[in-house]
Parts: sequence; C-alpha cells; structure tokens
Amino acid sequence: MNDFRIPIGSWVESFVEFITDTFGFIFDLVRAGFDGAYEAVEFLLGAPPFWAIMLVLGVLALGIRGWKFAVGTVVGMVVILGVDQWDNAMDTLALVLVASVLAIVISVPLGILAAKSTLASNIIRPVLDFMQTMPAFVYLIPALILFRIGVVPGIVATIIFAMAPGVRLTELGIRSVDKEVVEAGQAFGASPWRILRQIQLPLATPTIMAGINQVIMLSLSMVVISGLVGAGGLGAQVIASLNRIDIALGFEAGLAVVILAIFLDRITASLGSSDSGGFFGSIRRVLRSRRVTDAVAFAPDTNPAPAPQRARV
Amino acid sequence: MTESNPLQETIAVKADHLYKAFGRRPHEIVKKLKAGKSRADISSLGVAAVIDASFEVKKGEIFVVMGLSGSGKSTLIRMLNGLWDTTSGTVTVGGTDITGVSAKELRDIRRKSISMVFQHFALLPHRTVIDNVAYGLEIQGMGRAERLAKAQTIIDLVGLAGWADNLPSELSGGMQQRVGLGRALAADTDVLLMDEAFSALDPLIRREMQEQLIELQAALGKTIIFITHDLNEAMFLGDRIAVMRDGRIVQIGTPEEILTDPANDYVAQFVQDVDRARVLTAVSVMEPVRSVITKTAGPRAALHTMRDLQTSVTFVLNRDRSFAGIVRDRDVLKLVKAGETDLRGIIRDDATSVSPETALVDLVEPSVESELPIAVVDEKNRLLGVIPRVTLLAAIGNVSTNTGALPIVMPPATISVSQITEILGETADDTQIDAAGVHA
Repeated sequence: MNDFRIPIGSWVESFVEFITDTFGFIFDLVRAGFDGAYEAVEFLLGAPPFWAIMLVLGVLALGIRGWKFAVGTVVGMVVILGVDQWDNAMDTLALVLVASVLAIVISVPLGILAAKSTLASNIIRPVLDFMQTMPAFVYLIPALILFRIGVVPGIVATIIFAMAPGVRLTELGIRSVDKEVVEAGQAFGASPWRILRQIQLPLATPTIMAGINQVIMLSLSMVVISGLVGAGGLGAQVIASLNRIDIALGFEAGLAVVILAIFLDRITASLGSSDSGGFFGSIRRVLRSRRVTDAVAFAPDTNPAPAPQRARV
Repeated sequence: MTESNPLQETIAVKADHLYKAFGRRPHEIVKKLKAGKSRADISSLGVAAVIDASFEVKKGEIFVVMGLSGSGKSTLIRMLNGLWDTTSGTVTVGGTDITGVSAKELRDIRRKSISMVFQHFALLPHRTVIDNVAYGLEIQGMGRAERLAKAQTIIDLVGLAGWADNLPSELSGGMQQRVGLGRALAADTDVLLMDEAFSALDPLIRREMQEQLIELQAALGKTIIFITHDLNEAMFLGDRIAVMRDGRIVQIGTPEEILTDPANDYVAQFVQDVDRARVLTAVSVMEPVRSVITKTAGPRAALHTMRDLQTSVTFVLNRDRSFAGIVRDRDVLKLVKAGETDLRGIIRDDATSVSPETALVDLVEPSVESELPIAVVDEKNRLLGVIPRVTLLAAIGNVSTNTGALPIVMPPATISVSQITEILGETADDTQIDAAGVHA
C-alpha cells in the first residue's frame, strides 16, 4: 500500500507552471496594474507630511463617528509616529486599501450574482469555503511564482484570502431583504436592475457593510503575513522582529497594526449603519428633508403641506 | 367579436380555469387534477395551491376572495398581476391576456393597469412617505416635480397631510398602510389588488380603513380585488365574494347570497359566525304584511281583520298604498261601539318605518323600544313588508327559516275573539261589511 499516492500536489504544480508559461503576459499586466495602484496610494499617504495625514484622518473620524473617535484617532496616530513606525504604517495602509477595494469590487458583484441565481450560489459557496480555510501562507507560493517578489503577490494573496465574507454577506443581505418589498417593486413594474438598485442594495446595505468591514479586517491580518514575500510595511517589521527575536520592535510594529485595525474597523462599521451619529450624517439628514420640501414647493398646482403634526393617529 | 366587445369593457379582470401547482413537475399535477384527482391524491408530487379558479371581476366592483390560510388566495392574487406564473389557465386584465407575455410587457401592464397593496405594507423603509407614494409614478417615468405634486394630493386624500417628509418607521401601522394604499392609488391604475391589506392592523383601525376604502372606491371608481381571511371584512367590503377552500373556489356570490344560501356545508359552517346583523338588510328578512287595511275601509273592517288574524294591531294604508300608520284594537273597538265610520282619528304614527337597505343591526333598537313590528317602506313610502321582533331575532340568530310560518308575527290580540264578535254583532246595522278592506 506504500506506493499508493495521489499526486495532487504535482498536478497543481504543473498547472501553475502551465499558466505561468502560457498566460505570463496577463500576469505581467496584472502585476503592473496592481503595482501602479499601490504606488499611487502609497504616494498619496506617504508624500504629505505626517500632520497633514493625521488631520485628514481626524476630520474623517469626526465626520463619520463624532469628536471622541476623532480624538482617539489622532492619539493613535501620534503613538504610531512615536514608535517610529509612521512610514511603515502608511505603506501597510496603502496595501490594505488597494487590496480591500479590489476584494470588494470582486466580491460584492459575486455576492449579488449568488443571491440572484441559486446555481451560481451553489458553485460559489464551496469555492469560498476552500479559499477561506486553505492556510493563508499557501496562496503566497503560487502568487510568488506568478507575480515575483514584491507587493503584488501580497495584494493578490490578500484579495483571495479576504473576499469570502464580502461575497457571503452580500448574498445573505440581498436574500434576506423582505420578500414583500421586492414584490412591491415587481408589482409596480420595476425592472430587475431597478429593484436591485432601489430596493435590494439599499436594504441590504447594513449586511453588505458588515461584509466589507470583515474584508478590511482580514486584509489587514493578511497584509502582515505578506511581509514574508517582500510586501514591506508593518508586515516586514513583524517578520524582521521574528527573525531577530526582537521583542521591542515586534511589539511596536504589532501595536501600530492594532491601531490601524481599530481605526478601519470603527470607520467601516459606522458607514454600515444608516443613522450614524457623525457630522456627515446630520448634514445628510438636513439635505434630505430640504430636497423633498423644495421639490413640493416648486411643483405646479400643489397646496403646500400643512405644518407637520407630531401626534400619532 | 362585435358582440363580445361591450361585454369586455365591463370586465376588468378575468380568470379562466387557473391552476397553480408547486413541485418538481407542476404540469403533471395539473393534468392529474384535471383528470379528477383530488388535492390529497397528488400530495406526493407537490402542492396544488390553486385549482380551477374562474371568475370575472366587473369594472368598479369590490371583489373579495375569502379563505383561511392555505386556501390558495394569496397565490391566486399573485397570478392576477403575474408575480407568479400560472401553471395552466389564463388571466385577462383590461382585455389583455397577461399569461405568457414577455417580462417587459408584463412590467408595462403592471405600471399601467394593475397595482397592489401588501399585507405588511412593503414600503421602502429608506424613503420618505412622499417618495414612497410617488414610487409607482417614478417607475412610470414621470418627472420628479410632477410626481411629487401628484403624490402630495394623494397623501392628502388618504389622510396623511403633514407626514410627507417622515420615514415609514416613524408612522403607526395604520398610517403605514395608508402610505401603501396611497402608493397604489397614485399609480392610477384601474385595478387594485389588496392582499390581506388590513389584516395586520388592530380592529378599530381596520374598521376605519375599511370605511375609508369604500369611500375612496365610491369616489374614484377603482376595481378592487381584496383578499382576506376575515369573513366580516369580506361581507362589509365585498360587492361579491369568492369563498376559497383547499385551492378551489367553492362559491361566488353577493354577501347576502353567501349568507342566506351557502353552496355547501363548508360555507354554511364558515358563515355561521359572521356578524349577520351587519350584512343582512331589512328587505332580506321582512315578512309579507297580512294585517292591513286601507284608510277608507272603516273601523268594522279593521276589527274584522284583527279578529281573523288574532292581532291587536293592523297597518293602515292610504289610497295610493302608501303607509299611513297603525290602529290598535282598543281604539277601533271604541269607535265601533260609538258607531263612528272614520278611522282617521285613531291612526297612530308610532310604528317605526325603515328603508329596505337598512342593516339589521340598526333595527335592534327600534325593535326593543316598541312591541310593534317595524314597517319596511320604499322611497315612495309604500309598505313592502314588516319585521316583527321574533323575525329579527331569528334572522340574527341564524334560526332556520324553512320550518314554515312563524307562530307569532304580530302583537297578539288583547281582546278575546268572542268579545269582538259580540260587539260586531251588536253593532251590525248592515251585513255588507266583510273583509272588503283587507289586503293580504
């Protein structure tokens, strides 16, 4: 029985070799594209002085969640600066942003497809199971061969590892939209595209945003692992500290990752809830009510609505 | 064709032998059902939700489909606007066959001809009341200013003035359903489907909405197909009612027909609990008047009548047969003793008269107040019939009426027959008086 061996490993290896030889130019294109995107974001975050970035992030935090979170954000950034990890943190942030955006761009439409078609859902689900449970390091090996050392294999491995919750929660969100509301759209003659845009996506937004939040969190954890293939940033610091048994460096780099993670998590979690307490939320509410009133006031042949009565009938 | 055209104009929605089956092979299920198998026979293959449903809904009619949950009524209504395909049979809306048309044509029909109100309101929670009401218009492609103006008039119409800019979650259930109703009315389609529209509301609000719906229907003349499991609601709203059971329509008729002439035991049992007093009207329970004379007949004729029929009261008509009032036996007796020949002096007007359309519930109070039967008169004040108290009670209590004449329909005589005969004999100056004045 000793000679019984299923050579799955060599099959996959031959397969990877085959696509490297045959579709090399495609991977070069992808590599160039991802690299360009990363360089651009990295430039945006890295070129300006640290205080400018801090200011922008602080304002973002104020607008989306409120002043307490803004203060926390600025303090966190000061800590990162203080442990001398600012540049690495910006590299990592750029990597996370690029990988997450790409993962979201792929996963949300896939989730919509899975929600619309049971067949697609049945095909996609086992693939996602595979992608999610296969040890993350394993993706790095073919990614390394296909895209060579640098940030790109890190981004690709991150996308594959992180997109599963985006697909799953998008599907779940759309499938759990109240069936009657979707029927209402159909009953009034709305097209499927319009129902998706005006009913299903808005109502599924909280769930989809929870998925996006998970995508970003998983990206962040994978980005550190991709320090192994030369992705740079905080990941590289963590790997270096592991190699040198450097507790101080390891902790400082790790702390910077935690601060980034908390920042990204809170920001995306707030975007999910429609009634965020932040400054932007209040502006949006004011704009909404004004828009409706204006439209009615300018409409021909209408009696202006009487003053709202707050009593319940 | 020339003959069917005017007919088609009065039919808003027509369902022709509709079947809907769920399962792996729905067509096979329908084939077996058509061959005469029962719903239970095919249960291994799947579920037959609607079996052979045919009906026509006239323009401007409120057509109620009533049945318990699982009777197939929700499936039926969803086939009428194509939300669900029919397995077999055709649906015609406004003269257009909507079964088997393309998705695009179907959307067009829904935009123009048929809108819907849902049980749980199905409002768009992220849109304000006015944007919800304007939703159908938006899909029809109307410009923003125009559709909001129209939506505002509808909002006023359904009684939500001042709430236009609120979100649905800020409204109570009854108000949310007003938005749902407003959305359907704003789309301005001829046909309105209402799927258990008021079932999720509490009873007081429900009654208010029912009344408002009837008012709106009278004002706008929409054709309404209303689904409900509540028989009282069906009886209150429906011009005609289709009763469904286990996927089949077991009876179609007016509320009174269903109440007084149920097609089978199931319907009979179902209508047993209905609030009959609100559905039945005076004309459907009244009895023919037996004790009646014309005003010119004279007191002796009146006394004869009362003696023969053993009652203490007789109804008096004018020459044109309009209702004049009643006379009582004691008054007549006095008149006869005194030798008077004119009844006019003793005619009382204390009998209540009602129109034929009066609901029984409105007859209870006058019936309690007076032992006299209630007179049913038409718009020219002609006496159509009477409703004695026992008849009213029997009708409300659903006592079978096929046991022949009721023993007592009039107030019983208070003066004995022998006494009357005696007096009639004493005062008989000629013998020409008999029952000449009696109009039975």
